[in-house]
Amino acid sequence: MKYVAPSSVEEAASLLSSSPSAQVFAGATDVVPQIRAGRPAPDVLVDLKKIKELVALNSDGDKWTVGAATPTAYLTEDEAFSHEFPGLSEAAGLIGSDQIQNRSSLGGNLCNASPAADSVPAMVVNGVRAVVAGPNGTRVLDVSEVVTGPGQTALDDDEFIVEFEIDKMPSRSGDAYLRMIPRTEMDIAVVGAGARVTLADDGSIEQAVLALGAVAPTVVRIPDAEQALVGSTADEETLNAVAAAASEACDPIDDKRGTVEYRKQVAGVLAKRAVVIAIERAEQRNGTN
Amino acid sequence: MPRTHITTVINGDETEFLTEDSTSLLNALRDEVGLTGAKEGCGTGDCGACSILVDDRVNCACLMFAPEADGTVIVTVEGLADSGELHPLQQCFLEGAALQCGICTPGFLMAAKALLDKNPDPTETEIRYALAGNLCRCTGYDKIIRAVQEAAREMRGQ
Repeated sequence: MKYVAPSSVEEAASLLSSSPSAQVFAGATDVVPQIRAGRPAPDVLVDLKKIKELVALNSDGDKWTVGAATPTAYLTEDEAFSHEFPGLSEAAGLIGSDQIQNRSSLGGNLCNASPAADSVPAMVVNGVRAVVAGPNGTRVLDVSEVVTGPGQTALDDDEFIVEFEIDKMPSRSGDAYLRMIPRTEMDIAVVGAGARVTLADDGSIEQAVLALGAVAPTVVRIPDAEQALVGSTADEETLNAVAAAASEACDPIDDKRGTVEYRKQVAGVLAKRAVVIAIERAEQRNGTN
Repeated sequence: MPRTHITTVINGDETEFLTEDSTSLLNALRDEVGLTGAKEGCGTGDCGACSILVDDRVNCACLMFAPEADGTVIVTVEGLADSGELHPLQQCFLEGAALQCGICTPGFLMAAKALLDKNPDPTETEIRYALAGNLCRCTGYDKIIRAVQEAAREMRGQ
Protein backbone atom coordinates (compact mmCIF):
# COMPACT_ATOMS: atom_id res chain seq x y z
CA MET A 1 0.00 0.00 0.00
CA LYS A 2 1.36 3.36 -1.05
CA TYR A 3 0.51 6.61 0.72
CA VAL A 4 0.22 9.82 -1.28
CA ALA A 5 -0.79 13.29 -0.12
CA PRO A 6 -1.58 15.50 -3.12
CA SER A 7 -1.73 19.24 -2.61
CA SER A 8 -4.42 20.05 -5.17
CA VAL A 9 -7.84 18.74 -6.19
CA GLU A 10 -6.58 18.19 -9.76
CA GLU A 11 -3.63 16.13 -8.57
CA ALA A 12 -5.90 14.02 -6.37
CA ALA A 13 -8.34 13.48 -9.23
CA SER A 14 -5.60 12.36 -11.59
CA LEU A 15 -4.18 9.97 -8.95
CA LEU A 16 -7.62 8.43 -8.52
CA SER A 17 -8.21 7.93 -12.25
CA SER A 18 -4.73 6.51 -12.87
CA SER A 19 -4.98 3.82 -10.22
CA PRO A 20 -8.08 1.60 -10.18
CA SER A 21 -7.76 0.55 -6.55
CA ALA A 22 -6.85 3.95 -5.16
CA GLN A 23 -8.95 5.18 -2.29
CA VAL A 24 -9.28 8.63 -0.79
CA PHE A 25 -9.38 9.16 2.94
CA ALA A 26 -9.59 12.01 5.44
CA GLY A 27 -9.54 10.86 9.06
CA ALA A 28 -9.33 7.12 8.34
CA THR A 29 -11.62 6.51 11.32
CA ASP A 30 -13.63 4.11 9.16
CA VAL A 31 -10.90 3.06 6.70
CA VAL A 32 -8.49 1.68 9.29
CA PRO A 33 -11.06 -0.41 11.21
CA GLN A 34 -12.38 -1.73 7.87
CA ILE A 35 -8.91 -2.82 6.73
CA ARG A 36 -8.27 -4.37 10.13
CA ALA A 37 -11.56 -6.23 9.87
CA GLY A 38 -10.35 -7.83 6.65
CA ARG A 39 -11.47 -5.56 3.83
CA PRO A 40 -8.76 -5.59 1.13
CA ALA A 41 -6.45 -2.62 1.51
CA PRO A 42 -6.26 -0.28 -1.51
CA ASP A 43 -3.02 -0.15 -3.53
CA VAL A 44 -2.87 3.61 -3.14
CA LEU A 45 -4.20 5.62 -0.24
CA VAL A 46 -4.84 9.23 -1.17
CA ASP A 47 -4.73 11.52 1.86
CA LEU A 48 -6.96 14.53 1.13
CA LYS A 49 -5.94 16.58 4.17
CA LYS A 50 -3.00 18.32 2.48
CA ILE A 51 -5.36 20.00 -0.01
CA LYS A 52 -6.07 23.43 1.45
CA GLU A 53 -9.72 23.79 0.48
CA LEU A 54 -10.56 20.35 1.83
CA VAL A 55 -9.67 21.38 5.37
CA ALA A 56 -11.45 24.71 5.69
CA LEU A 57 -14.58 26.22 7.20
CA ASN A 58 -15.61 29.51 5.64
CA SER A 59 -18.61 31.76 5.50
CA ASP A 60 -19.23 34.33 2.78
CA GLY A 61 -22.29 36.49 2.16
CA ASP A 62 -24.86 33.80 1.50
CA LYS A 63 -23.34 30.42 2.28
CA TRP A 64 -20.93 28.37 4.34
CA THR A 65 -18.41 26.08 2.72
CA VAL A 66 -17.03 23.16 4.69
CA GLY A 67 -14.06 21.28 3.22
CA ALA A 68 -14.92 17.59 2.91
CA ALA A 69 -11.94 16.52 5.06
CA THR A 70 -12.36 19.19 7.74
CA PRO A 71 -12.30 17.61 11.20
CA THR A 72 -15.80 17.64 12.69
CA ALA A 73 -14.26 19.23 15.82
CA TYR A 74 -13.97 22.46 13.81
CA LEU A 75 -17.74 22.53 13.34
CA THR A 76 -18.45 22.28 17.05
CA GLU A 77 -15.66 24.70 18.01
CA ASP A 78 -16.64 27.43 15.54
CA GLU A 79 -19.05 29.65 17.46
CA ALA A 80 -20.58 31.34 14.43
CA PHE A 81 -21.24 28.03 12.67
CA SER A 82 -22.64 26.24 15.70
CA HIS A 83 -24.80 29.26 16.53
CA GLU A 84 -26.26 29.28 13.03
CA PHE A 85 -26.55 25.50 12.58
CA PRO A 86 -26.82 24.07 16.10
CA GLY A 87 -28.45 20.87 14.83
CA LEU A 88 -25.79 20.15 12.23
CA SER A 89 -23.03 21.12 14.64
CA GLU A 90 -24.43 18.82 17.33
CA ALA A 91 -24.88 15.96 14.85
CA ALA A 92 -21.25 16.28 13.72
CA GLY A 93 -20.21 16.46 17.36
CA LEU A 94 -21.88 13.14 18.14
CA ILE A 95 -19.47 11.18 15.94
CA GLY A 96 -17.19 9.33 18.37
CA SER A 97 -14.79 10.66 21.00
CA ASP A 98 -12.62 13.79 21.03
CA GLN A 99 -9.90 11.63 19.44
CA ILE A 100 -12.28 10.75 16.60
CA GLN A 101 -13.64 14.31 16.35
CA ASN A 102 -10.16 15.56 15.55
CA ARG A 103 -10.06 13.22 12.52
CA SER A 104 -13.62 12.48 11.38
CA SER A 105 -15.09 14.58 8.58
CA LEU A 106 -18.44 15.27 6.92
CA GLY A 107 -17.04 13.87 3.66
CA GLY A 108 -16.02 10.63 5.33
CA ASN A 109 -19.19 10.31 7.37
CA LEU A 110 -21.26 10.70 4.19
CA CYS A 111 -19.19 8.55 1.82
CA ASN A 112 -18.72 5.70 4.28
CA ALA A 113 -22.44 5.41 3.59
CA SER A 114 -23.50 3.93 6.90
CA PRO A 115 -27.28 4.21 7.31
CA ALA A 116 -26.57 5.40 10.89
CA ALA A 117 -24.18 8.26 10.02
CA ASP A 118 -25.13 11.07 12.41
CA SER A 119 -24.24 14.06 10.25
CA VAL A 120 -26.28 12.95 7.25
CA PRO A 121 -29.88 13.55 8.42
CA ALA A 122 -28.72 16.95 9.71
CA MET A 123 -27.14 17.77 6.35
CA VAL A 124 -30.22 16.59 4.46
CA VAL A 125 -32.65 18.78 6.42
CA ASN A 126 -30.38 21.77 5.83
CA GLY A 127 -30.31 21.17 2.07
CA VAL A 128 -26.52 20.78 2.05
CA ARG A 129 -24.88 20.32 -1.38
CA ALA A 130 -21.75 18.29 -2.10
CA VAL A 131 -19.24 19.58 -4.66
CA VAL A 132 -17.83 16.45 -6.29
CA ALA A 133 -14.53 16.43 -8.21
CA GLY A 134 -13.62 13.92 -10.87
CA PRO A 135 -11.44 13.59 -13.95
CA ASN A 136 -13.71 15.94 -15.93
CA GLY A 137 -14.05 18.69 -13.38
CA THR A 138 -16.69 19.16 -10.73
CA ARG A 139 -20.41 18.56 -10.34
CA VAL A 140 -22.80 19.36 -7.54
CA LEU A 141 -25.07 16.83 -5.84
CA ASP A 142 -27.57 17.26 -3.04
CA VAL A 143 -26.33 15.35 -0.02
CA SER A 144 -29.61 13.40 -0.14
CA GLU A 145 -28.54 12.01 -3.55
CA VAL A 146 -25.07 10.82 -2.53
CA VAL A 147 -25.81 7.64 -0.59
CA THR A 148 -27.63 4.96 -2.59
CA GLY A 149 -27.49 2.10 -0.08
CA PRO A 150 -25.40 0.76 2.80
CA GLY A 151 -21.76 1.27 1.74
CA GLN A 152 -22.86 2.51 -1.69
CA THR A 153 -22.69 6.02 -3.14
CA ALA A 154 -23.57 7.76 -6.40
CA LEU A 155 -19.92 8.77 -6.81
CA ASP A 156 -17.80 7.10 -9.47
CA ASP A 157 -14.62 5.36 -8.34
CA ASP A 158 -12.54 8.31 -9.53
CA GLU A 159 -14.67 10.98 -7.87
CA PHE A 160 -14.47 12.47 -4.40
CA ILE A 161 -16.19 15.26 -2.47
CA VAL A 162 -14.25 18.52 -2.31
CA GLU A 163 -16.53 20.57 -0.09
CA PHE A 164 -20.04 21.10 1.16
CA GLU A 165 -22.08 24.21 0.50
CA ILE A 166 -24.66 25.27 3.05
CA ASP A 167 -26.94 28.23 2.38
CA LYS A 168 -27.05 30.61 5.33
CA MET A 169 -29.85 29.94 7.80
CA PRO A 170 -32.75 32.27 7.00
CA SER A 171 -34.29 34.28 9.82
CA ARG A 172 -37.05 32.58 11.84
CA SER A 173 -35.51 29.20 11.00
CA GLY A 174 -33.87 26.55 13.12
CA ASP A 175 -32.49 23.04 12.94
CA ALA A 176 -32.11 20.13 15.35
CA TYR A 177 -30.74 16.61 15.41
CA LEU A 178 -31.39 13.97 18.04
CA ARG A 179 -30.10 10.46 18.25
CA MET A 180 -30.97 7.51 20.43
CA ILE A 181 -28.17 5.31 21.76
CA PRO A 182 -28.35 3.11 24.84
CA ARG A 183 -25.47 4.98 26.49
CA THR A 184 -24.31 8.59 26.62
CA GLU A 185 -21.32 8.58 24.27
CA MET A 186 -19.36 6.45 21.85
CA ASP A 187 -22.08 4.40 20.20
CA ILE A 188 -23.82 4.09 16.86
CA ALA A 189 -27.30 5.54 16.36
CA VAL A 190 -30.26 3.24 16.93
CA VAL A 191 -32.31 6.04 15.45
CA GLY A 192 -31.37 9.58 14.40
CA ALA A 193 -33.82 12.37 13.58
CA GLY A 194 -33.13 15.75 11.99
CA ALA A 195 -35.56 18.62 11.62
CA ARG A 196 -35.48 22.08 10.17
CA VAL A 197 -38.32 24.57 10.23
CA THR A 198 -38.98 28.10 9.04
CA LEU A 199 -41.72 30.09 10.72
CA ALA A 200 -44.09 32.55 9.08
CA ASP A 201 -44.70 36.01 10.60
CA ASP A 202 -47.79 34.74 12.44
CA GLY A 203 -45.73 32.00 14.13
CA SER A 204 -47.11 29.14 12.10
CA ILE A 205 -44.78 26.81 10.26
CA GLU A 206 -43.98 27.92 6.73
CA GLN A 207 -41.49 25.19 5.83
CA ALA A 208 -40.49 21.92 7.46
CA VAL A 209 -37.96 19.28 6.48
CA LEU A 210 -37.56 16.07 8.47
CA ALA A 211 -35.13 13.20 7.94
CA LEU A 212 -34.43 9.99 9.78
CA GLY A 213 -31.21 7.98 10.04
CA ALA A 214 -30.52 4.34 11.01
CA VAL A 215 -34.07 3.22 10.18
CA ALA A 216 -33.70 2.38 6.47
CA PRO A 217 -30.91 1.55 3.99
CA THR A 218 -30.42 5.29 3.45
CA VAL A 219 -31.53 8.42 5.25
CA VAL A 220 -35.25 9.00 4.60
CA ARG A 221 -37.29 12.18 4.42
CA ILE A 222 -40.77 12.17 5.99
CA PRO A 223 -43.00 14.01 3.47
CA ASP A 224 -46.24 13.23 5.33
CA ALA A 225 -44.88 14.77 8.51
CA GLU A 226 -43.56 17.80 6.63
CA GLN A 227 -46.98 18.36 5.04
CA ALA A 228 -48.73 17.97 8.38
CA LEU A 229 -46.50 20.64 9.91
CA VAL A 230 -46.76 23.30 7.21
CA GLY A 231 -49.42 25.86 8.14
CA SER A 232 -49.76 24.46 11.65
CA THR A 233 -48.44 25.72 14.98
CA ALA A 234 -47.20 22.25 15.85
CA ASP A 235 -50.01 21.62 18.31
CA GLU A 236 -50.25 18.26 20.02
CA GLU A 237 -52.43 16.71 17.35
CA THR A 238 -50.00 17.75 14.58
CA LEU A 239 -47.01 16.46 16.54
CA ASN A 240 -48.74 13.14 17.01
CA ALA A 241 -49.30 13.02 13.25
CA VAL A 242 -45.57 13.77 12.80
CA ALA A 243 -44.67 10.89 15.09
CA ALA A 244 -47.01 8.51 13.28
CA ALA A 245 -45.64 9.55 9.87
CA ALA A 246 -42.07 9.11 11.13
CA SER A 247 -42.78 5.60 12.40
CA GLU A 248 -44.46 4.82 9.10
CA ALA A 249 -41.50 6.12 7.04
CA CYS A 250 -39.13 3.63 8.69
CA ASP A 251 -37.94 0.47 7.00
CA PRO A 252 -35.53 -0.67 9.69
CA ILE A 253 -33.64 -3.86 10.44
CA ASP A 254 -33.62 -5.95 13.60
CA ASP A 255 -30.16 -6.03 15.10
CA LYS A 256 -28.39 -6.01 18.45
CA ARG A 257 -29.01 -2.28 18.76
CA GLY A 258 -32.77 -2.44 18.39
CA THR A 259 -35.76 -4.30 16.98
CA VAL A 260 -37.89 -3.08 14.09
CA GLU A 261 -40.72 -2.27 16.47
CA TYR A 262 -38.47 -0.36 18.84
CA ARG A 263 -36.82 1.65 16.07
CA LYS A 264 -40.22 2.65 14.63
CA GLN A 265 -41.48 3.75 18.02
CA VAL A 266 -38.31 5.74 18.81
CA ALA A 267 -38.27 7.35 15.36
CA GLY A 268 -41.69 8.85 16.08
CA VAL A 269 -40.63 10.17 19.47
CA LEU A 270 -37.36 11.65 18.22
CA ALA A 271 -38.94 13.25 15.14
CA LYS A 272 -41.49 14.99 17.35
CA ARG A 273 -38.85 16.21 19.81
CA ALA A 274 -36.54 17.39 17.03
CA VAL A 275 -39.37 19.48 15.55
CA VAL A 276 -40.07 21.08 18.92
CA ILE A 277 -36.40 22.03 19.38
CA ALA A 278 -36.12 23.35 15.82
CA ILE A 279 -39.18 25.55 16.42
CA GLU A 280 -37.72 26.92 19.66
CA ARG A 281 -34.53 27.79 17.84
CA ALA A 282 -36.42 29.36 14.94
CA GLU A 283 -38.34 31.56 17.38
CA GLN A 284 -35.03 32.85 18.76
CA ARG A 285 -33.66 33.65 15.31
CA ASN A 286 -35.59 36.80 14.55
CA GLY A 287 -34.43 39.20 11.90
CA THR A 288 -30.72 39.60 11.43
CA ASN A 289 -28.89 37.05 13.59
CA MET B 1 8.97 -2.70 0.67
CA PRO B 2 10.15 0.85 0.01
CA ARG B 3 10.34 2.92 3.15
CA THR B 4 9.33 6.56 3.45
CA HIS B 5 11.43 9.13 5.26
CA ILE B 6 9.46 11.10 7.86
CA THR B 7 10.56 14.27 9.61
CA THR B 8 8.64 15.34 12.67
CA VAL B 9 9.03 16.96 16.08
CA ILE B 10 8.38 14.50 18.90
CA ASN B 11 8.37 15.67 22.52
CA GLY B 12 10.31 18.78 21.51
CA ASP B 13 13.04 17.02 19.50
CA GLU B 14 13.27 16.98 15.75
CA THR B 15 12.95 13.31 14.91
CA GLU B 16 13.40 11.43 11.65
CA PHE B 17 12.39 7.87 10.98
CA LEU B 18 11.79 5.47 8.12
CA THR B 19 8.49 3.65 7.78
CA GLU B 20 6.44 1.56 5.42
CA ASP B 21 3.38 3.48 4.21
CA SER B 22 0.90 1.00 5.64
CA THR B 23 2.40 1.17 9.14
CA SER B 24 0.29 2.94 11.74
CA LEU B 25 1.83 5.94 13.45
CA LEU B 26 1.44 3.98 16.69
CA ASN B 27 3.62 1.14 15.45
CA ALA B 28 6.17 3.56 13.97
CA LEU B 29 6.44 5.38 17.30
CA ARG B 30 6.86 2.12 19.18
CA ASP B 31 9.05 0.19 16.75
CA GLU B 32 11.02 2.82 14.81
CA VAL B 33 11.28 5.69 17.31
CA GLY B 34 11.40 3.53 20.44
CA LEU B 35 8.62 5.35 22.28
CA THR B 36 6.51 2.58 23.76
CA GLY B 37 4.34 4.73 26.04
CA ALA B 38 1.38 4.79 23.66
CA LYS B 39 -0.27 1.36 23.72
CA GLU B 40 -2.36 -0.60 21.30
CA GLY B 41 -5.61 -1.69 22.89
CA CYS B 42 -8.18 -2.14 20.13
CA GLY B 43 -6.39 -0.81 17.04
CA THR B 44 -9.66 0.70 15.80
CA GLY B 45 -9.98 4.02 17.61
CA ASP B 46 -12.37 2.81 20.30
CA CYS B 47 -10.21 2.49 23.44
CA GLY B 48 -7.88 5.50 23.36
CA ALA B 49 -4.84 3.65 24.78
CA CYS B 50 -2.76 5.04 21.89
CA SER B 51 -3.81 8.68 22.44
CA ILE B 52 -1.14 11.24 21.57
CA LEU B 53 -1.20 14.94 20.73
CA VAL B 54 -0.67 15.80 17.08
CA ASP B 55 -0.42 19.55 16.47
CA ASP B 56 -2.03 20.10 19.89
CA ARG B 57 -5.02 17.86 19.19
CA VAL B 58 -5.61 14.48 20.78
CA ASN B 59 -5.58 11.66 18.25
CA CYS B 60 -5.57 7.89 18.21
CA ALA B 61 -2.12 6.99 16.85
CA CYS B 62 -3.55 3.65 15.69
CA LEU B 63 -5.84 5.45 13.21
CA MET B 64 -3.03 7.44 11.63
CA PHE B 65 -0.77 6.16 8.92
CA ALA B 66 2.83 6.86 9.85
CA PRO B 67 3.53 9.05 6.77
CA GLU B 68 0.77 11.42 7.95
CA ALA B 69 3.12 12.45 10.77
CA ASP B 70 5.49 14.19 8.37
CA GLY B 71 5.75 17.85 9.32
CA THR B 72 3.64 17.55 12.47
CA VAL B 73 4.44 18.25 16.11
CA ILE B 74 3.76 15.24 18.32
CA VAL B 75 3.62 14.85 22.08
CA THR B 76 3.50 11.39 23.64
CA VAL B 77 3.29 10.45 27.31
CA GLU B 78 7.10 10.38 27.37
CA GLY B 79 7.01 14.14 26.75
CA LEU B 80 4.78 14.97 29.73
CA ALA B 81 7.36 15.01 32.52
CA ASP B 82 9.68 18.03 32.56
CA SER B 83 13.37 17.33 33.31
CA GLY B 84 12.52 14.32 35.41
CA GLU B 85 9.68 16.02 37.26
CA LEU B 86 6.30 14.43 36.72
CA HIS B 87 3.51 16.48 35.16
CA PRO B 88 0.76 17.33 37.70
CA LEU B 89 -1.54 14.88 35.91
CA GLN B 90 1.00 12.08 36.31
CA GLN B 91 1.60 12.99 39.96
CA CYS B 92 -2.13 13.09 40.70
CA PHE B 93 -2.77 9.76 38.95
CA LEU B 94 0.03 8.28 41.07
CA GLU B 95 -1.13 9.76 44.36
CA GLY B 96 -4.81 9.05 43.68
CA ALA B 97 -4.17 5.45 42.56
CA ALA B 98 -5.94 6.28 39.31
CA LEU B 99 -4.47 3.26 37.62
CA GLN B 100 -4.14 -0.43 38.17
CA CYS B 101 -2.58 -2.35 35.27
CA GLY B 102 -1.53 0.90 33.59
CA ILE B 103 -2.18 0.01 29.96
CA CYS B 104 -4.79 2.73 29.52
CA THR B 105 -2.92 5.33 31.58
CA PRO B 106 -0.76 6.97 28.86
CA GLY B 107 -3.89 7.50 26.78
CA PHE B 108 -5.89 8.92 29.69
CA LEU B 109 -3.03 11.28 30.53
CA MET B 110 -2.80 12.62 26.98
CA ALA B 111 -6.57 13.02 26.59
CA ALA B 112 -6.69 14.77 29.97
CA LYS B 113 -3.80 17.04 28.95
CA ALA B 114 -5.63 17.98 25.74
CA LEU B 115 -8.68 18.88 27.83
CA LEU B 116 -6.82 20.96 30.43
CA ASP B 117 -4.81 22.77 27.73
CA LYS B 118 -8.02 24.25 26.37
CA ASN B 119 -10.18 24.20 29.48
CA PRO B 120 -8.23 24.66 32.73
CA ASP B 121 -11.34 24.47 34.91
CA PRO B 122 -13.58 21.72 33.52
CA THR B 123 -16.68 20.43 35.27
CA GLU B 124 -16.92 16.75 36.13
CA THR B 125 -19.30 16.30 33.20
CA GLU B 126 -16.85 17.96 30.82
CA ILE B 127 -14.06 15.69 32.07
CA ARG B 128 -16.22 12.60 31.59
CA TYR B 129 -17.10 13.63 28.03
CA ALA B 130 -13.47 14.49 27.22
CA LEU B 131 -12.37 11.06 28.45
CA ALA B 132 -15.22 9.12 26.81
CA GLY B 133 -12.82 7.91 24.14
CA ASN B 134 -10.58 6.23 26.72
CA LEU B 135 -11.46 2.87 28.23
CA CYS B 136 -10.18 1.49 31.53
CA ARG B 137 -11.06 -2.09 32.46
CA CYS B 138 -9.42 -2.13 35.91
CA THR B 139 -10.12 0.74 38.27
CA GLY B 140 -13.35 2.19 37.05
CA TYR B 141 -13.37 5.83 36.22
CA ASP B 142 -14.00 7.70 39.47
CA LYS B 143 -10.38 7.77 40.60
CA ILE B 144 -9.29 8.90 37.15
CA ILE B 145 -11.83 11.73 37.13
CA ARG B 146 -10.78 12.79 40.63
CA ALA B 147 -7.11 12.75 39.64
CA VAL B 148 -7.85 15.02 36.66
CA GLN B 149 -9.85 17.38 38.89
CA GLU B 150 -6.99 17.50 41.40
CA ALA B 151 -4.38 18.11 38.69
CA ALA B 152 -6.54 20.88 37.20
CA ARG B 153 -6.75 22.54 40.63
CA GLU B 154 -2.98 22.34 41.09
CA MET B 155 -2.30 23.66 37.62
CA ARG B 156 -4.59 26.61 38.32
CA GLY B 157 -2.50 27.27 41.42
CA GLN B 158 -5.34 26.53 43.84
